[in-house]
Amino acid sequence: MAAKRKTPVKSRNPDLIRGVGKYSRSKMYHKRGLWAIKAKHGGVFPRHDPQPKAPAAAEKPPKFYPADDVKKPLLNKRKPKPTKLRASITPGTVLILLAGRFMGKRVVFLKQLPSGLLLVTGPFKINGVPLRRVNQSYVIATSTKVDISGVNVEKFDDKYFAKEVDKKKKKNEGEFFEAEKEDKKKLPEDKKEDQKAVDASLLKSIEGVPDLKAYLAARFSLKSGMKPHELVF
Amino acid sequence: MPFKRYVEIGRVALVNYGKDYGKLVVIVDVVDQNRALVDAPDMVRSQMNFKRLTLTDIKIDINRVPKKKTLIDAMEKADVKNKWENSSWGRKLIVQKRRALLNDFGRFKLMLAKIKKAGIVRQELAKLKKETAA
Repeated sequence: MAAKRKTPVKSRNPDLIRGVGKYSRSKMYHKRGLWAIKAKHGGVFPRHDPQPKAPAAAEKPPKFYPADDVKKPLLNKRKPKPTKLRASITPGTVLILLAGRFMGKRVVFLKQLPSGLLLVTGPFKINGVPLRRVNQSYVIATSTKVDISGVNVEKFDDKYFAKEVDKKKKKNEGEFFEAEKEDKKKLPEDKKEDQKAVDASLLKSIEGVPDLKAYLAARFSLKSGMKPHELVF
Repeated sequence: MPFKRYVEIGRVALVNYGKDYGKLVVIVDVVDQNRALVDAPDMVRSQMNFKRLTLTDIKIDINRVPKKKTLIDAMEKADVKNKWENSSWGRKLIVQKRRALLNDFGRFKLMLAKIKKAGIVRQELAKLKKETAA
């Protein structure tokens, strides 16, 4: 087959109306340069003979023919995209978590992971929220922004947060009670180092703004008289 | 208790209901027992029920149904805007509007400021109490 062009060909014959081109057949012959191709090949169009096909390997008859015709499911080539991020959530925004263990905590947004979840950090020293994934739906975005330029979040993705798979533990009758004791898993040192690295530059920019540190340390709650639909966040 | 604020031509009133909520308007004529003709520099002259108006202390000197330009000049002369913004009612409304637009961080800083102020007041009070007790 002829080599593919780098850019697809735009038609050299613009439409006057749909179905009617501007140039006639003879004009188009000239425009496409078919005369030049003919001249290069001595008055005839170049012929591309079909290349001899490589001999196909001899197919063995299958060992097994299924009794009924089984329908093949249709091919699905869909690639899911990460959830659309709300316009109010940009890197460095302070978010309020609405559910879960850290309900009400104010937290700094770092980036959106490929799964669509938001990567978020307390910072840990201020309010005890570690590097964590959080769903966009369980979050209120405030209009307060923190300067996040000194933080490198390239290395964090969903695989970083995957649960560690334990080797198969056979639970025997006798060992049942002992297995309960070693439940707590220690956090690996490199995750603690990552947390410290991310928080170091964040803390500097947070301490630059008066009261921001106390703000992030405090939890959000609805008080008497606060109407959520009238509050500006 | 006798009434102090009367409906009269030139009385400045605050709209408390409807599309023009929160605006200061001047009563320029009385239509009937329930309605007044009302005008302000930034709105078209229209009628309004008295129930939609709250009278203020401010009164300006105009004739019945003045032209827009005359009305604006009279309001400048009586300095309605500054009188309103310096009155305690007007100041309260301004503070309310500003607080409604506070974001979450702003509300937090406001809480800190209130606590600080209360602490200072309580210290002074304690000092004064000690002095009178002694």
